[in-house]
Amino acid sequence: MSQPVYSLGIDVGSTTVKTVVIDTEHNILSQCYQRHFSRVRETVTEQIAALQKQFPDARFRICITGSAGLGLAQSAGIAFVQEVHAAFLAVKADYPKADVVIELGGEDAKMIFLTGGVEQRMNGSCAGGTGAFIDQMATLLGITADELDRLSLKAEKRYPIASRCGVFAKSDIQPLLNQGAKREDVAASIFQAVVDQTVSGLAQGRTIEGTVLFLGGPLSFLKGLRQAFVRTLKLDSDHAVFPENAPVFVAYGCAMFAEQSVEVSTLAEAMDKLEHAKTGGNTVTGKPLFASRAEYEQFIERHKAHDLPFADLRTETGGCWLGIDAGSTTTKLVLITDRGELLYQYYAANRGQPLDRIVEQLKKIFAEMNPDLHIRGSAVTGYGEDFIRAGLGIDYGIVETVAHFKAASYFCPDVDFIMDIGGQDIKCFKIRNHSIDSIMLNEACSSGCGSFIQSFAQAMGYEIAEFSQLGLFAEHPVDLGSRCTVFMNSSVKQAQKDGASVEDISAGLSGSIIKNAVYKVIRAKSVEELGKNIVVQGGTFLNDAVLRSFEMELGRDVIRPAISGLMGAFGAALYAKEHAPAQSTTITKEQIEAFTYTTRSAKCGGCTAHCALNIVTFPGGGRFISGNRCERGAGKSKAASAPSIYEWKYERILRCTDKKPAGVPCATVGLPLALAYYEQMPFWTELFTRLGFAVKRSRESDRDVYYQGQHTIPSDTVCYPAKLAHGHIEDLLEQRVDFIFWPCMSYNVDEGENDNHFNCPVVAYYPELLRANNLRLTKRNFITPYMDLNHKKGVYRALKEALKEYRYTGDLREAIEAAYAAQADYRREMAEEAQRIINEARASGRKIIVLAGRPYHIDKEINHGIHKLIASLGMAVVSEDAVAALGHVGKLGVLNQWTYHARLYRAAQYVTTQPDMQLVQLVSFGCGIDAVTTDEVRTILEQSGKLYTQLKIDEINNLGAAKIRLRSLVAAMEG
Amino acid sequence: MATSKQAIFTPEMKKTHTILVPDMLPVHFQLLISVLKPYGYHCELLRTASRAVVDEGLKNVHNDTCYPALLVIGQFMEALKSGRYDPDKTALLITQTGGGCRASNYIHLLRKAIREQFPQVPVISLNFSGLEKDPRSGWQMTPTIFLKFLYAVLYGDLLMSVSNQCRPYELKKGETDKLLQKWQRRLEKSFDSRDFLHTSRNYRRILEDFDKIPRTARNKVRVGIVGEIYVKYSPLANNHLEDFLLSEGCEPVIPSLLEFVMYCAVSTAVDGRLYHYLDKSVIYNGIGYKLIYAMQKQQIRAVKKHGVFDPPHDFEHLRKRADQYISQGVSMGEGWLITAEMAALAETGTENIICTQPFGCLPNHIVAKGMMRVIKNAYPNANITAIDYDPGATRVNQENRVKLMLANARKPAEK
Repeated sequence: MSQPVYSLGIDVGSTTVKTVVIDTEHNILSQCYQRHFSRVRETVTEQIAALQKQFPDARFRICITGSAGLGLAQSAGIAFVQEVHAAFLAVKADYPKADVVIELGGEDAKMIFLTGGVEQRMNGSCAGGTGAFIDQMATLLGITADELDRLSLKAEKRYPIASRCGVFAKSDIQPLLNQGAKREDVAASIFQAVVDQTVSGLAQGRTIEGTVLFLGGPLSFLKGLRQAFVRTLKLDSDHAVFPENAPVFVAYGCAMFAEQSVEVSTLAEAMDKLEHAKTGGNTVTGKPLFASRAEYEQFIERHKAHDLPFADLRTETGGCWLGIDAGSTTTKLVLITDRGELLYQYYAANRGQPLDRIVEQLKKIFAEMNPDLHIRGSAVTGYGEDFIRAGLGIDYGIVETVAHFKAASYFCPDVDFIMDIGGQDIKCFKIRNHSIDSIMLNEACSSGCGSFIQSFAQAMGYEIAEFSQLGLFAEHPVDLGSRCTVFMNSSVKQAQKDGASVEDISAGLSGSIIKNAVYKVIRAKSVEELGKNIVVQGGTFLNDAVLRSFEMELGRDVIRPAISGLMGAFGAALYAKEHAPAQSTTITKEQIEAFTYTTRSAKCGGCTAHCALNIVTFPGGGRFISGNRCERGAGKSKAASAPSIYEWKYERILRCTDKKPAGVPCATVGLPLALAYYEQMPFWTELFTRLGFAVKRSRESDRDVYYQGQHTIPSDTVCYPAKLAHGHIEDLLEQRVDFIFWPCMSYNVDEGENDNHFNCPVVAYYPELLRANNLRLTKRNFITPYMDLNHKKGVYRALKEALKEYRYTGDLREAIEAAYAAQADYRREMAEEAQRIINEARASGRKIIVLAGRPYHIDKEINHGIHKLIASLGMAVVSEDAVAALGHVGKLGVLNQWTYHARLYRAAQYVTTQPDMQLVQLVSFGCGIDAVTTDEVRTILEQSGKLYTQLKIDEINNLGAAKIRLRSLVAAMEG
Repeated sequence: MATSKQAIFTPEMKKTHTILVPDMLPVHFQLLISVLKPYGYHCELLRTASRAVVDEGLKNVHNDTCYPALLVIGQFMEALKSGRYDPDKTALLITQTGGGCRASNYIHLLRKAIREQFPQVPVISLNFSGLEKDPRSGWQMTPTIFLKFLYAVLYGDLLMSVSNQCRPYELKKGETDKLLQKWQRRLEKSFDSRDFLHTSRNYRRILEDFDKIPRTARNKVRVGIVGEIYVKYSPLANNHLEDFLLSEGCEPVIPSLLEFVMYCAVSTAVDGRLYHYLDKSVIYNGIGYKLIYAMQKQQIRAVKKHGVFDPPHDFEHLRKRADQYISQGVSMGEGWLITAEMAALAETGTENIICTQPFGCLPNHIVAKGMMRVIKNAYPNANITAIDYDPGATRVNQENRVKLMLANARKPAEK
């Protein structure tokens, strides 16, 4: 009897294993799709064993593919094919008409362009916008991916959510949830974010058109995601193809590859190879957390010393104090007596509904409470502070940093360093002279916090508590590095490939979180720097493995109060007790029984920003509005705000293009409102109008401008200000100007007191990139001469050459002189305006903030209204370029060679000479140069006893974190 | 921020101190330090590649700083802490390019890193733009040393190029590397005398010697490596990319170091022309450039005359290639050179190109990722992939991307 020969494709993805068996006619005889929960080899052998039963007589050509399959294939000596290549084969065979293939997997996203030059693209080192991302977001909402899908289909609106990486998206989604946005809308927004990420990240300038084939698990299981893709790419049903076998499509292609190029063998042989595959190799391991049980017991005993005494809610009488910490993922609540004893505590995930959780708890408290016990005061802190306070009549709202400091000092009066790792964030404060000296928060890309371990535990099929316990006695904890969580995913993948056990990985993750905190957030060089008395807190430190990792990293013991996770709430309660209100407004037992609220969304009409507002209405007419960037939307008048130079600068730059040339224009020149133009607009508008050109600028930036140019962005990791430039070019092309003018400049203006005066590479040469990536730009309609504004003669020659095609009427030399004068006027007026603001602020006793960034940070789509936020806190705002001339620096610890950045140093030095000023530095994500400048600015400020505050900004327009920092800054300035 | 307290490399230290040098190109740097030996500088290349290097880097520099800085500084810190060197008798040497890229700041980041723990360790800047000149210093770059460096680069380039063209095809594994080592030793010695000046003879002998290695036909998939200079060359930074390509059955093609030297030399003259100013440095650099170009031409002629191996790209030709896509005014980082190298590789049949860069490298947004589209338009078969390197990116991901590129590369052959 002749044995049939089939082909078997095994696709080992990051989360699933797929197998497909085909015959020589390419009929699928068997297919299987299964989650592997990191048990890669076991799952593969299980599936092969099943196939052995199904096809006892057959012989096979076998091949492995997939992101997690490479190592397995190599160690087992089974053929391997790159997964995109496999998909490519299957597409060519089954869908020869397809133009583009989009495949989303567990941790990767791929795009294959088939027509017009075959090109295959995979997502880079970032796993944003993939299946794992969707899972993570579903977890955040406390539902499954399928439920997320069902919710999304009922959405009414979509919110902008940062799509680049899960961590950013989380920080966009969390406030939406906390502020009562509808879960349906959030679900749809998540899918939209995935689409945006795929389109911008992978298309990289190529247009997605023609017939598009969608592959991979998420795209076949999630209807809402499909819809989002079809809608965004504007496809009709003929051009959007969702194959039935999409989840196993790659395995199918892999089987085809096997058919062409692999020798025949048997399943038994393959089983044998897999079972004997040797693993291990590249993974680095560290020391075990505990040498023995005894050492662990001792550790537990030591930390028990910091427990809080309890009192009984049912028997206690007199006054008590309520503290609430409405955190990003969890809600914490405590009730304490006058003596600071704990009457009631609550700590749980808020599942996106913090208000509901707190109301439930208050009802419970009121039910159990001794009738002679009264809540004399209350305070709330955390992300949901405003909302909770408005809803429940809480007496005080305090910034988290203050709450944590209060609580930590209760346990350790001499505390000089506090480190708090919560579900979403790491917060560290240094305490000097009993006040908060500096605050370090985790920046957008390092949030490897509690929720990360949690989602990992779930991915591996464990409860978080159980998972972290596993790590305690791991023999060889894996060293997973200290980088952002998204990268950590792939480190874990690699460790698993190398055969690390769940125990080792658990311990490794605990270590990574600590490394992130110490080296990325605190960036400590030595333990001595942190201080002697360290208090750690936050839910994540309840995890003994994390706590132990921290002590090991530091090489010393720290204090972890037993109520580690409740410290924010405890601090709030202490604050309420200290500030004891004469009459508490806290919601009463009667009121809470009748408590309800409604949510609706609206668009703010207060100004042109048109913020998307969420209006929550409470009984009795109380309203809470969120989503507003300034106080206008919240119903407050603008009068309360302090003056800010950012508006002045912005308006002044916009006004430049109001100028008209004398007589009939010889041509129309378009100037993009981007990058260096935010400073040089006066120069170029003056020059061109003098020469007789009509000048048009691109429209003001907003999200749509970004989307308009998104398809021409070649590098996903460039800064947001540069990305916006693409949209401005598109806008000018739409305006049909005769040509767009954008000079390339290696050098900026030499303003003295520096080592050199470069532009950053992006500002200097971005026109080159634009021309290469926007098909509509040519040498004729996009004029980009090289020039150095420090050499007037050279400018003259460069312009003469660049504009030679145009018969302009004005005299070029005179126009250049006028342009230099116009630029000087702008600089002078700006300095005067700054002085006016400073004087006005001083006259009314306001503090002054130098909001230091780059000229283009006045773009409201870039700064997200941070200057308004500062002004609304009652502080006047001036900018770095307006005060730089007043500061003086000598030789610095860095090479001071960029004009924009030299201003930062001088502005910082100036601030150190002004008692009522502080500096806040704006940093665009992806700005490599700021890795150099931030440390130096910090040094200049801190040497003179000033505070250093840094705000990292991106396309995310959530100001939550910025608000915490700024309010802490206010608290520190007052304290 | 004061820099007054930083240690200076005094003339006396030449006798007592070991100068640690980061190893960017294993072939070249060994030659470079042997140039310094007769002048009394005792240098040692750092070849450490343990995890501790990355950890020290993460601990001591801002984590968003580019990967090369993190590795180089990590390597220095690891060495100083390891006990292998006496910090009182050790100096550090680091290159400084002086352009508008972050790389010019490495030296300051390094000084910052050692300031607290090793204030006594002097840091020496190796540069040719006159940065950090100090008459008190025992480190003096003379024109002679500079000239010898040039020769070392030329020899290093030739050795790297011919061994890359032999290694994938050698019949007996390891033979190429054995010969490479032999020549390295021989050339190191050549700097003790005037032997290094006999370039035509030495070139010929190198070419003949390598040609004697028994090899199979040269028919493997050629993969060009371009990119940020440290990541492109250093196995520590690029996770042994060359070895990986060899194991995948490819022939790595790596542009020569001299191209970068010439790119730096010519940029002053280019700026002078572009921005319409002329001064002494423009003229001197112009002359210097012509001199180096003549040296490159000589090497190219020698390789062509021998007729077996591919010669390096003619630099004037590279400049012309660049002009088609990007201005030579783009001079930060590796600037227009990356674009030109990609075009030149595609043009000479190496259509598969890996462009390496540190994660978040600013110039490469423009000159590498930003230019891929136009290169592909010009060479429809060009198969270019960009790979980012940083301490968190794992090898699996990087290798996957290379494999994807190779799957593409092999496709035409299969059809």
